[in-house]
Amino acid sequence: MKKKKKSQPSKIRKAPFVAIFVFLVLGAVGISLGEPSRVLEQAKQICLSCIGIG
Amino acid sequence: MDFVRKWVQALFFLITNGYWNFPVTRGIYQGPLKVICSPGLNCYSCPAATSYCPLGALQQLMAGIRLALENGQIYVGFYVIGAMGAIGSFVGRMVCGWACPFGLFQELLHKIPSPKFGIWRPLRFIKYALLLFMVFLLPLFAVDAFGFGQTWFCKYVCPAGTLEAGLPLLILRPGLRESLGLLFLNKLVILIFFIVWAVLASRPFCRTACPLGAFYALFSKIKLVKLRLDAERCTHCEACHAVCPMGVHFNESPDDMECISCLACSKACKFNAISLEVGGLPLSNQVPYRPEKAQLEQ
Ligand code: SF4
Ligand code: SF4
Repeated sequence: MKKKKKSQPSKIRKAPFVAIFVFLVLGAVGISLGEPSRVLEQAKQICLSCIGIG
Repeated sequence: MDFVRKWVQALFFLITNGYWNFPVTRGIYQGPLKVICSPGLNCYSCPAATSYCPLGALQQLMAGIRLALENGQIYVGFYVIGAMGAIGSFVGRMVCGWACPFGLFQELLHKIPSPKFGIWRPLRFIKYALLLFMVFLLPLFAVDAFGFGQTWFCKYVCPAGTLEAGLPLLILRPGLRESLGLLFLNKLVILIFFIVWAVLASRPFCRTACPLGAFYALFSKIKLVKLRLDAERCTHCEACHAVCPMGVHFNESPDDMECISCLACSKACKFNAISLEVGGLPLSNQVPYRPEKAQLEQ
């Protein structure tokens, strides 16, 4: 018979909020460096070699 | 709940592949929405794709870092990693269970009647190696004479790219068929391999080879929305083991990196031991388990 563990009491976890904030800041840095235009430029083109053609 | 999940999956499929004019234009969508990150694996060379694939964009940025830096541009992937990380911290691999078109495709294949098999658990580590080498290190360091790397995972492995972009483009533009070679044959074999495997086993690509799933899995402990186990309610009946499409034993490993939060185990648990929580707080207003009260009621 396995021993029963105690349930954890409900408590707000801070880690997800910190992680979301850090990544949003990282994304904002990327935006300030103009990365979205580079991503858009690539995403607008068909990259044939990327999909195994050519 | 599985009914709701199927509708959400279909909705995400339509949102991320909402450009239905492609049979007329014979090209891909080129509008401004392509600056938005698709949460799941969705090739951005797919004619219907309306957003960018995070894995594809990340490899392109890694492959071009040297050239960009030489030209004074600091394009190192902050924007893409920021978007992926925010999604990962928010829901983690719930994306796989609810929002990835290729995950949905594998689930539908698995409904085809056939003998069904499990997947040897250690194979799950392959996807972390693919993430490290084929998405980050090889595109970054294996560069040509001009300093430009390749999108290794897209080019040599990704079956979603073959299915969603390679094959449709060959139909839309017959002229491209002349440039087919061993590279495409290799990708076609990989796609067929995973299609057959998905009929026989649940989500084989997600479990063994998807670098995006591997990336989101890194957030399994800290993600905002996740499942929790009420250890006092759990009777170790193992009903949750049998229903899990990812081979997780939820009551033994509640933060398992393979869990895609599909909620099948929560539905299967007769003792209400598995529930959703947001940031540590339960989402349902389930009555906390009181052993003394349970005894009185018996
Ligand atoms: S593991 Fe990859 S292919 Fe599978 S559902 Fe997640 S993102 Fe999609
Ligand atoms: S552990 Fe539960 S929620 Fe997670 S994948 Fe398995 S059945 Fe779905």
